[in-house]
Amino acid sequence: MSTVTKDQEKQRSDVILNYLRPRKAMPTVWCAGCGNGIVMTAIIRTIDNLGLSKDNVVMVSGIGCSSRMPIYLDFNALHTTHGRALAFATGVKFARPDLKVIVVTGDGDALAIGGNHFIHACRRNIDITTILINNNIYGMTGGQGSPTTPAHAFSTTTPYGNAEKQFDPCGLAKAAGASFVGRGTVYHTPQLEKLITQAIEHRGFSLVEVISNCHTYYGRLNKQGDAVAMINDFKERGVPLAKAQKMTPEELQGKYVMGLLHQDDRTEFCDVYDTMMKQMKGGE
Amino acid sequence: MTNSDTPGQTKERPGPQSKYDYKNGPPPLNINMKWCKACNICIALCPKDVFEPNRDGKPIIARAENCTQCTICWVHCPDLAITSNYK
Amino acid sequence: MAQKERVLVMGNQACVLGAIYAGMRFYAGYPITPSTEVAEGCARELPKIGGRFIQMEDEIGSIAAVIGASVSGFKAMTATSGPGYSLMVENIGYAYMTEAPIVIINVQRGGPSTGLPTKVSQADTMQAQWGPHGDYTAIAVAPSTIYETVTETVRAFNLAERFRTPVTILLDEVLGHSRQVVTLPELGELEVINRVKPTCTPEDFEAFAMTENFVSPMPAYGDGYRYVCTGLTHDTHGFTTNRPDEIAPKLYKLRHKIIDYRDEIVKLREEHMDDAEIAFISYGTVARAALQATDIVRKAGVKVGAVQLFTIWPFPDEQIRQLCGKCRKVIVAELNMGQVINEVRRVLPPDVEVHGLQRYDGEILTPMQLVEKLEEVI
Repeated sequence: MSTVTKDQEKQRSDVILNYLRPRKAMPTVWCAGCGNGIVMTAIIRTIDNLGLSKDNVVMVSGIGCSSRMPIYLDFNALHTTHGRALAFATGVKFARPDLKVIVVTGDGDALAIGGNHFIHACRRNIDITTILINNNIYGMTGGQGSPTTPAHAFSTTTPYGNAEKQFDPCGLAKAAGASFVGRGTVYHTPQLEKLITQAIEHRGFSLVEVISNCHTYYGRLNKQGDAVAMINDFKERGVPLAKAQKMTPEELQGKYVMGLLHQDDRTEFCDVYDTMMKQMKGGE
Repeated sequence: MTNSDTPGQTKERPGPQSKYDYKNGPPPLNINMKWCKACNICIALCPKDVFEPNRDGKPIIARAENCTQCTICWVHCPDLAITSNYK
Repeated sequence: MAQKERVLVMGNQACVLGAIYAGMRFYAGYPITPSTEVAEGCARELPKIGGRFIQMEDEIGSIAAVIGASVSGFKAMTATSGPGYSLMVENIGYAYMTEAPIVIINVQRGGPSTGLPTKVSQADTMQAQWGPHGDYTAIAVAPSTIYETVTETVRAFNLAERFRTPVTILLDEVLGHSRQVVTLPELGELEVINRVKPTCTPEDFEAFAMTENFVSPMPAYGDGYRYVCTGLTHDTHGFTTNRPDEIAPKLYKLRHKIIDYRDEIVKLREEHMDDAEIAFISYGTVARAALQATDIVRKAGVKVGAVQLFTIWPFPDEQIRQLCGKCRKVIVAELNMGQVINEVRRVLPPDVEVHGLQRYDGEILTPMQLVEKLEEVI
């Protein structure tokens, strides 16, 4: 586990500026108050604390507001097609296991069009850290329903209420075989940073679902208020795992269970493949 | 859910809190007004009421002496617009 | 493959041998008849030489993983058939936009849709150029014998690396599954081209620089050049743009890096064309029948010639005009309802009669069928 020394603490607030891509104009394209920016700074601080080399980090994303993140950061940026980030990332990681591959994706990108690649990346347990920023909506395209839009909630394609049940990305990942599954929110940032650190250090497929705010669409259509109101709402609804385990299903209705939800030590995909290939060669 | 401050209500403000000597040192925080989008998160989340919104809705440091360097503002700023001179 | 080996292989296996010769070390694919032997061959051979093989969950994942491996520095390929190629076209378009060198093998079968998994066609020829949406210029090659499958696969990789672009190899079910004895080329016998890598400092690096030949040097991940690779239309640094004066040059670059250097890409074979009054134009498996038909008819005294296309895209406009412009008639023989014939009509002057011999019932055209067609039109 990484600990932050007093010297590092002194650096921390402006160290994030070292990780912005030179020549890329700021401010970001995201709406004022969008949680994507909060997740971005949490990721940067984590990578800085871990001392990862910028050249060795490949940040892969799909299409959506959260997928714009790699363009702002001074790592290798692979901004791919809608839903396919994990498939591209699998190619990168499997070809070059020496690289640190981080996927940044959203609820629509990963779970709708990307659902198939999502479950197979979990099943393979390939060493990719996936940050799934879940704002319960398709923000980039103007507020359509996503697989995590709650039942009865409003969106531009569910104007009378959503008739579908929402996915639980963490449950899905665990069932599909991911060896590290956690959830955070854009309010509980110290815990989020710790979780992302553990996720990156974990050797295997790691999913960190981050509950985030799209006040521009989801918030407005469902009368959830502005960015501040939604983020304060995450504060109320976030429940740490230890506390959640003592609550009834009724009490947990509408709550976000946060923290490290699952971790196991199943062997990572590239390691399994390499071991097999060594044995194959040795046996000839 | 209500939006931030309700006009007409007097806020109970905490008094000077900080162990940092801002009078003889740099200000507690720097705010990049070019990057700030006036989202109001820092102003609303600050537990010690350090900020006031200016005419554009962007934060100015109104009560520096209250700042305890808790870090809540700059870890929640989505636009990397706040840095601390002490952390 | 150190000495001159003679092997009995099917076309699909010849593809694997050619690819490995060219330096391919990453394969991601999905099984589909009649291409599956390419995947199986790579699954067996790549681990022996330090390569990587993965079967992905679908064709879309396969092409994505291939592109991921390519930008990471590998020569990478996948193989599929019509339905799989249709699934892949969005990401092939991504590879066009991001100028990623990749090779896609299409072992064509009857279509449309599920069609005829175990029977032959050449009906994906147009798709090899027009599959993805948007503006780009494709390269597609078509061997006709098992030996040519080895050499055209090497050439496909060389073209992909030289032009930083996807290259489609058009095989078909007959070529993929039939066997011949071939003598494999020795190492060093065929040229192998690798992508140009940047030599400037990272600060001076422009990911999609407008060079003299429009092809930008391409680093591998970890080399120190941390660029943005995106499918959004971008400027020379890779940053997304909405500016007309950056959009048009990017698209111009994608086309002209290929079309201005067409002479390096075009390849065809001509038999008896110097005095031919009537000519067969064909490619792939049909070319073998055409060459045989030409022999038969020449022996009977008719001034017939044959043109075989090895490069289908970009279409060899000038060469076809030059070779066939003085013919009275040409017969374009294809296993589809007429695809290359449209290109031939486009480039030849109106006084040359263009006839089509089209078979689309899942069977190959025989030499006698070509002879009969010639007797009919002459």
